[in-house]
Amino acid sequence: MDNKRKYVIPGDVVTTGPFRPEQNVILEGNKIISTTIGISEIYDDSVRVIPLTGKYIPKINDLVIGKVISHTSLSWELDINSCYVGFLPAQDVFGRDFSAHADELSSKLASGDLVAARIANFDRTRDPLITISDRDLGKIDSGDLVKISPSKVPRLIGKRGSMIQMIEMATNAAVTIGQNGWVVVSCETPEGLLKAKKAIEMINEKAHVANLTDQVKEMLEIKDES
Amino acid sequence: MGGRDATMVLLDENGIRCDGRKVDETRRIMIRAGGLKNADGSAYIEFGDNKILVGVFGPRDVHPKHMSNTDTGILRVRYHMEPFSVGERKNPAPSRREIEISKVIKEALEPAVMLEKFPRTAVDVFIEVLQADGGTRCAALTAASVALADAGIPMRDMVAAVAAGKVADTVILDVNNEEDQAGQADMPIGYMPSLDKITLLQLDGVLTPEEYKKCVDVGVKGCKIVYELQKKALNDKYFGNGGD
Repeated sequence: MDNKRKYVIPGDVVTTGPFRPEQNVILEGNKIISTTIGISEIYDDSVRVIPLTGKYIPKINDLVIGKVISHTSLSWELDINSCYVGFLPAQDVFGRDFSAHADELSSKLASGDLVAARIANFDRTRDPLITISDRDLGKIDSGDLVKISPSKVPRLIGKRGSMIQMIEMATNAAVTIGQNGWVVVSCETPEGLLKAKKAIEMINEKAHVANLTDQVKEMLEIKDES
Repeated sequence: MGGRDATMVLLDENGIRCDGRKVDETRRIMIRAGGLKNADGSAYIEFGDNKILVGVFGPRDVHPKHMSNTDTGILRVRYHMEPFSVGERKNPAPSRREIEISKVIKEALEPAVMLEKFPRTAVDVFIEVLQADGGTRCAALTAASVALADAGIPMRDMVAAVAAGKVADTVILDVNNEEDQAGQADMPIGYMPSLDKITLLQLDGVLTPEEYKKCVDVGVKGCKIVYELQKKALNDKYFGNGGD
């Protein structure tokens, strides 16, 4: 049937008829064509394809993890694992009374620091503007960085956060997932840290497997007994 | 070139070609998606005795900066033949022919790739011909399209390519090296199967209008065969055994 999930590659006709094209599909005549490798989904009146590969493209309100590359006297530049660099203005960190003479940017964030940030604004004309002035955002002091493919982030989170909750519960680790595929794992015990990292890497490698949740569960629980 | 005398038998009386193929048969084709770890996307193709490796990077920052376009991304293609890819050592510096083929492949991919989604960036395609045996531009274009899909770059359609031609006054599919050298015409065709559009069409040789039409038809049919193999390569990598 039409509403079944389908594996598609670029150029495949997902469906025909009066549907609204959403992510990664284009309307060509009355055919809806996939533009990427992925899994097609038809919801009510809209069609989209969940990509299985590709770079991170910033979206407004996404939580990302960035690495400070450099700074000028007014702003920082962050590597956000995308084709664009993240732009973090100094006012965002120092507040509105920021003065380029009095405040030294490197006192707050130095090159190489990891930052949890949110995409505040992004359009085609300028580099993405990011912010750290929100709860749970800002410099990351501890934890290990794991890099996964950005297209596999939804799989790591799972349905309503089920997958990541399972990993956190089993290992007692705190996991911060950036939509750009960078994940920071921190845990009080080194065993938990290793186990959580291993689970995340496993999801990255086996994202297309159907019963992945069971496999991850198995891996985490077998280790629990030993 | 047209009308050149053939010394070898390119087509015998049973309609069998110099390498044992029928007139409408392609060479053995094997495509594999992925394989290069450091590239964002990659593909390897064996098209008869052609062996070609393609790596795709991007979208990424444009260097030098002045080449970037604020309205759209840019596509850069480098087609390169290894010194050991042909009988006599080839100078590794880009030749006139390689520069032309780079341009031709770039322009054949551009209608398919949705570069307007990534303004101010570049997508780089590197094509390395490891072994050449006639029809490398078609094989390279086919593999480049698989590598672009593997890199996750949005595309309207895949581009499949194969050459049609004329030897011994007969229209044939997939011209090999001997047929290219001694044959009467060679027509590489790049084709988007789902959109039913041609993105590359070159012709070296002389054809009558009827032969021209037949050549295009035969070539498009060949492209559809190649497209099935592209599909299989991507399905194998992403969905295990053949997808749905």
